[in-house]
Amino acid sequence: MTTTDVSTLAATLRAVLGDHQVISDRQELRTYECDGLAQYRVVPALVALPRTAAECAATVRACVDAGVPFVARGSGTGLSGGALPHADGVLIVTSQMRAIREIAPADERAVVEPGVINLHVSRAAAPYGYHYAPDPSSQQVCSIGGNVAENSGGAHCLKYGFTTNHVTGLEVVTPDGDLVRLGGRAPDAPGYDLLGAFVGSEGTLGITTEVTVRLTRSPESVRTLLAGFTGTDQAGAATSAIIAAGVVPAAIEMMDALAIEAAEAAVRCGYPAGAGAVLIVELDGPAAEVDAQFADVERLCRDNGATEIRVAADDAERALIWKGRKSAFAAVGRISPDYIVQDGVIPRTALPEVLRRIAEISARHGVRVANVFHAGDGNLHPLVLFDDAVPGQAERAEEVSAAILDICVAQGGSITGEHGVGMDKVSFMPRMYTDDDLDTMQLLRCAFDPRGLANPGKVFPTPRLCGEVPGRRRGVHPVQEAGLAEVF
Amino acid sequence: MAGDVLAALRAAAGEATGPADDGARPAGPDGPDAAVVRPAGDEDVVAGVRPRYVAAPGSTAEAAALVRVAAARGLAVVVRGAGTRQDWANPPRRLDLLLDTRRLAGVVEHAAGDLIVVVRAGTPVAELQAALATAGQHLALDTPLPPGAASTVGGVVATNTSGPRRMRYGTVRDLLIGITVVRPDGVVARAGGKVVKNVAGYDLGKLFTGAYGTLGLVAECAFRLHPLPAARAFLTRRAGDAAEAGRLAAAVLAAQVVPSALEVDAAPDGRTEVAVLLEGTPRGVKERAAATRALLGGATVADEPPPWWSSYPWRPGDVGLTLTAALSGVPRLLAAAAEARRRYGVALAVRGSAGAGVLHAGLPSATPPDVVARTVAELRVVAGSAGGHAVVLTAPPQVRERVDLWGPVDGLHLMRRVKAQFDPDARFAPGRFVGGI
Repeated sequence: MTTTDVSTLAATLRAVLGDHQVISDRQELRTYECDGLAQYRVVPALVALPRTAAECAATVRACVDAGVPFVARGSGTGLSGGALPHADGVLIVTSQMRAIREIAPADERAVVEPGVINLHVSRAAAPYGYHYAPDPSSQQVCSIGGNVAENSGGAHCLKYGFTTNHVTGLEVVTPDGDLVRLGGRAPDAPGYDLLGAFVGSEGTLGITTEVTVRLTRSPESVRTLLAGFTGTDQAGAATSAIIAAGVVPAAIEMMDALAIEAAEAAVRCGYPAGAGAVLIVELDGPAAEVDAQFADVERLCRDNGATEIRVAADDAERALIWKGRKSAFAAVGRISPDYIVQDGVIPRTALPEVLRRIAEISARHGVRVANVFHAGDGNLHPLVLFDDAVPGQAERAEEVSAAILDICVAQGGSITGEHGVGMDKVSFMPRMYTDDDLDTMQLLRCAFDPRGLANPGKVFPTPRLCGEVPGRRRGVHPVQEAGLAEVF
Repeated sequence: MAGDVLAALRAAAGEATGPADDGARPAGPDGPDAAVVRPAGDEDVVAGVRPRYVAAPGSTAEAAALVRVAAARGLAVVVRGAGTRQDWANPPRRLDLLLDTRRLAGVVEHAAGDLIVVVRAGTPVAELQAALATAGQHLALDTPLPPGAASTVGGVVATNTSGPRRMRYGTVRDLLIGITVVRPDGVVARAGGKVVKNVAGYDLGKLFTGAYGTLGLVAECAFRLHPLPAARAFLTRRAGDAAEAGRLAAAVLAAQVVPSALEVDAAPDGRTEVAVLLEGTPRGVKERAAATRALLGGATVADEPPPWWSSYPWRPGDVGLTLTAALSGVPRLLAAAAEARRRYGVALAVRGSAGAGVLHAGLPSATPPDVVARTVAELRVVAGSAGGHAVVLTAPPQVRERVDLWGPVDGLHLMRRVKAQFDPDARFAPGRFVGGI
């Protein structure tokens, strides 16, 4: 876009949204140059801050008329560069749409605007004895709209499922600028499940302007234990034994020695000294069920070599157990100047083998890897440690990080369990899917966004030509997008 | 001409199953030597429309080869599993080739330790459940059926079938983690995978779920599994009317008994029952059953379900509907049904998941079409006002002429665009779906 084009579009948007809702000052724009994955930075041409669904739709229509790409952003906490701006595009920020419109416990639903913070939904539902189940680690700051785009998970999705299982209705702005309702308060709306296809589409099918979520009855009883093991093999065996016994815990989380060391340094969570691995196991539900199964879990941990088991006596002790786990990513900053947070998935039973192979790669490249994972569903979060000040270390860390994803794919797993593809993993998609697979997914993209204006360059490595496009086709071809990102 | 097409289909099937193809070739329903490709017979009629050819591929590659021939020759295609729900939705506008999936059967992989299964689409669900049960696991999906019906995995996915336990475990969309499809142009594509947690790429499994075969052929499905519960209990109690049924359901929902299913059955004579399924450990179920019984103000507790459990309230040839509502709207649906019975004297039966907001309703085949039309219209208004829909799944031809099966559909223009991308020539199940898709 030329400077004149930007000025023209800015004027159009200001007429619709108001002067203060459009940002064009270069310094202010820099505030939005990255999301939670800070190594990619692109300053957008403009930032728009709609306050209503109608304003959001008008913003998209202005982009379509100008042939300018747009990228949606919630709180900007995503870890795959999904909300990375487009240099010649408009960043549409939904953070000013943050009203909780309705808490309807009798319907087990809440209706919220996309900028509402995840945890605020649960807080609003708590007086009625309900909560919103998906609980990504960033839940104190991440937005529901962003959760919808990324199909966010969390520690408790082993039992309760992901965002897609808890969203029953959406109002979205399509890439044509139309407002459309998908699903609603009741399940099983007639027609294609476009709601299901939209959740997790990473902003490439449109922008969410209202979300109807399922509220979950808060459990009568929650019991949490921390078990120390000599190594990850033993902790992995205990996990397998718990699953094999038919127990479906609310969460099973594992950390290895290096991750424990980091957490200890950062938040003094008091994990067993010298443990090679810890497991956090949480059961919830009716007290009668939890009590019966908790004894089994304790026994299975001991049978598989637990050296120490601590049971949280109250909420404070439970919070302390979780503190180490939830702060693990940031804590790694205490033991390494820089690190990459990886997100891959393996069949859970392959855990011991995969961890051995990660250790081999780590040793071969001389790069330390701390392992934190949702052990119950095989979602690994290896933290690859490096020092950017040392020449060559960042590249070696990238190699190790990529090699870990290759292991996940070879095991029949996934290149991302919850952080999304975004910009970061575009090049890995062909390792997991064939050209035909990716082409077929993009048929859906073409149906929603034939002009390729919604978050171009994300998710798919190569755009598909969509055939007949309604109206004129203008703007930058999506092929060029990837190269426009400045990589730091 | 017909012989020419048959020969082309046979050649395609033969090439695809050459020495390079090591896919499993289970015996078909008509025996292992039955023809893979044959002219259609009376038994192949789909909702009154007779196809010209029937092909029963034994592998995904063979299915793709057959679909490519259909694409090259412009043949209209309908996919059939066991045929238990072929009378659902609209009849196809045209039909040349019936693709029978029953030889596309068998479990590809059951990783018990990972609680997943990969299964070919033509596998009967009952067969799959029996195989999983040996490992103490199940696909936690009910498939309400007439006794003896052999619904296939693919058919259940294509029609988005669910039953009572959807309240706890969700529906196909919540359990399906990966899918392999043959596109209408014959391209084989996969989405998702065989791990439960996976956000790489679009979730095409959801798009194909409930699409009635209009986007292509479902060849293989990967599902997440659940352990079979160690114990279960069914509690059943009479309710005086719709309002009382609603109060009982709300009481159970608000308590801490965590039911796996909460069902209601309102018979044509108005007799109404509420039933609750509890699953868990023996001790847990016993204590929760006692608590639930108290909530209900007394109930029959049994190991087995009431006779109406997980079955549709209609017989073959009748009118069958799905009624949905926000949870608090379920009593209004029940009341609207009672009102229709009173006003028109119709034998309207309603049954389903009060705990999920999804009910089924049935009207006898002899009900006059104008009465059916008025009843559907009234139920549609009430369902709509409760945030839901009334969809006619199946009906006699004279009723179909009078009633819009689907009712209002949000996002229909986007659905048409999806169909146009996947099947630009409208050859897969043309006309069966919403808006004539």
